[in-house]
Amino acid sequence: MTDTEAIHSEGLRKVFGELAAVEGLDLTVHRGEVFGLLGPNGSGKTTTIRMLTGLMAPTSGRATIDGVDVTVAPEQVRRRIGYMSQRFGLYDDLTVEENMRFYASVYGLRGDARARRLEELVTELGFGQRLHQMAGTLSGGWKQRLALACATAHRPRVLFLDEPTAGVDPAARRQFWDLIYEFAAQGITILVTTHYMDEAERCRRLAFLSRGHLIAVGTADEVRAQFGQPTIEDVFIELQRRDEGVSV
Amino acid sequence: MSLRQRLAASTVWPMLWKEFIQMRRDRLTLGMMLGIPAIQLAMFGYAIQTEVRHLPTVVLDESRSTESLALVDQLRNTGNFDIVGYVADRKALDREIRGGRAMAGVVIPPTFLSDLRRGRTAEAQLIVDAADPLASSAAMSGAVQAGAARSMAILARTTGRGPPLDIRVRPWYNPGLRSAVYIVPGIIGVLLSVTMILITSMSIVRERERGTLEQLIVTPIDKTSLMLGKIVPFVLVGYVQMTVVLLLGRFLFDVPVRGSLPLLYLLTFAFIVASLGMGLFISTLVRSQTQAMQLGFFFLMPNILLSGFMFPREAMPVVAQWLGLVLPLTHFLKVLRGIILKDVGIVELWNPTLVLVLLATLFLVLSVRRFSKRIE
Ligand SMILES: Nc1ncnc2c1ncn2[C@@H]1O[C@H](COP(=O)(O)OP(=O)(O)OP(=O)(O)O)[C@@H](O)[C@H]1O
Ligand SMILES: [Mg+2]
Repeated sequence: MTDTEAIHSEGLRKVFGELAAVEGLDLTVHRGEVFGLLGPNGSGKTTTIRMLTGLMAPTSGRATIDGVDVTVAPEQVRRRIGYMSQRFGLYDDLTVEENMRFYASVYGLRGDARARRLEELVTELGFGQRLHQMAGTLSGGWKQRLALACATAHRPRVLFLDEPTAGVDPAARRQFWDLIYEFAAQGITILVTTHYMDEAERCRRLAFLSRGHLIAVGTADEVRAQFGQPTIEDVFIELQRRDEGVSV
Repeated sequence: MSLRQRLAASTVWPMLWKEFIQMRRDRLTLGMMLGIPAIQLAMFGYAIQTEVRHLPTVVLDESRSTESLALVDQLRNTGNFDIVGYVADRKALDREIRGGRAMAGVVIPPTFLSDLRRGRTAEAQLIVDAADPLASSAAMSGAVQAGAARSMAILARTTGRGPPLDIRVRPWYNPGLRSAVYIVPGIIGVLLSVTMILITSMSIVRERERGTLEQLIVTPIDKTSLMLGKIVPFVLVGYVQMTVVLLLGRFLFDVPVRGSLPLLYLLTFAFIVASLGMGLFISTLVRSQTQAMQLGFFFLMPNILLSGFMFPREAMPVVAQWLGLVLPLTHFLKVLRGIILKDVGIVELWNPTLVLVLLATLFLVLSVRRFSKRIE
């Protein structure tokens, strides 16, 4: 393990009853990288993220975040990471401002420090007049922004985004990715899952999961070359075809 | 870090802040929590108010002795019977009751006096219009009272073996009639159990179902803060509920608190926390609100049935009595009835109080232990 590794896993495995959701995952994500995790539905992306964030105990294998072992010191890891769950996980019956304030406080910010951070987030993410709107009444794009704000209230070193742009319109998606790049520019490592191929192309490196197995890692060009396909989307479809081939 | 700084940095504060905001906005639940005590008490109150006194009663006195007259007097004195007339035979008595002119009939057989004299158990009969269960139970309790009182009086004079007097009520209907005085304290206990156990058991599971728990437990929030945030707001709700019942009991049903109010509120704390702990514990065992509800009722039933709220514990099988001992409500009822009805002080109540504190601690520790900041 070197100092530039933000996320590192060895033989990470998760079994649900008969089903191996993630199988022997060896993964390394470097500091400051925007790393994309791709794969068909049910290929184990969410399970992988949950293990990396300490939300699920791996059946076997280990993972470190920023050099800290997730199973050994989960609380230390929690201080260093931000996480946006696949399903909107904020409080519908709290306002935008209350949600942000709550998360900032849970992450230990108090008084002036908290006020300053909230102000920053509000300007960075452009909440303005929506500040006192109930989170439950926000549109999809704004909900995702709010979730991003809450996940980054404590300036995490590593950010996990599980399908952050699912169901969001193209303009809002682009804005969201601009934010991702801004965070990356601040030195934050980002692991993001997506089903949008244009977003996959925007990642510095990609990993493909298929039935819990890691089958390809590299830049978009490397992955395309490895599978002999013209685009990432073709790679994806080729993978799914193979998947189905296996299952028959 | 000093203790003060540690305290200020605790994640319990944001958790409490959030829970209070959410509670304030959830008008329906809040309304229910405050409305339920009123409705429940009104329901029981109705039953209490229809508690029948002054049943029109006819007497068939075939003994025609001073003893039979004394018995009739005794019955009248209980306040449950209004003697509206004397009849000559059993047929006439039946007619009076069937015709609705009387709701109860007392039959004192010719052998009444001689039985008493010979030291045998003298029997009298009470016939009740069974169409009205409340009437029959009122008659029952009145008869038992009168019978006991007469027995005592006769025993004082004679040295007969066995009870000198036995009044048979038939048909038998409802053993024991509870009065408002007995029911109001019980309602406080049951009401607090229901709301505290059900609502807490659902509140953590609700976050799990809505997906907000996943987002929350990935933060450094500690388990104890999370649990405290979930229960502290309900402590207040519990106190409000108790106050509502006490006030209604005082002004509607004339049940004043005889003992110390501050002591009552203090000891109630242990019970509320024990019930909340139970609710939390349930929430660590289930995955959905429906399951929480079901398991909640499963925990509630013994609390209501075995605690002595509905049936006297002394009359239960030993196993049921033992089971009752691990239920918070059993001990809280002692506190409630002791303070409200009998002006009992802490000296007499330290035992149930201690048990409540132990149960509260046990459930809280168990819940925090069992709760895991994981989703599986
Ligand atoms: N808690 C669980 N219990 C049992 N099986 C689970 C659980 N969570 C996930 N699975 C199964 O594990 C497999 C991987 O699921 P996972 O959610 O990680 O996939 P994913 O790649 O995130 O899919 P999607 O693109 O649909 O989000 C699936 O077959 C899923 O049904
Ligand atoms: Mg997923």
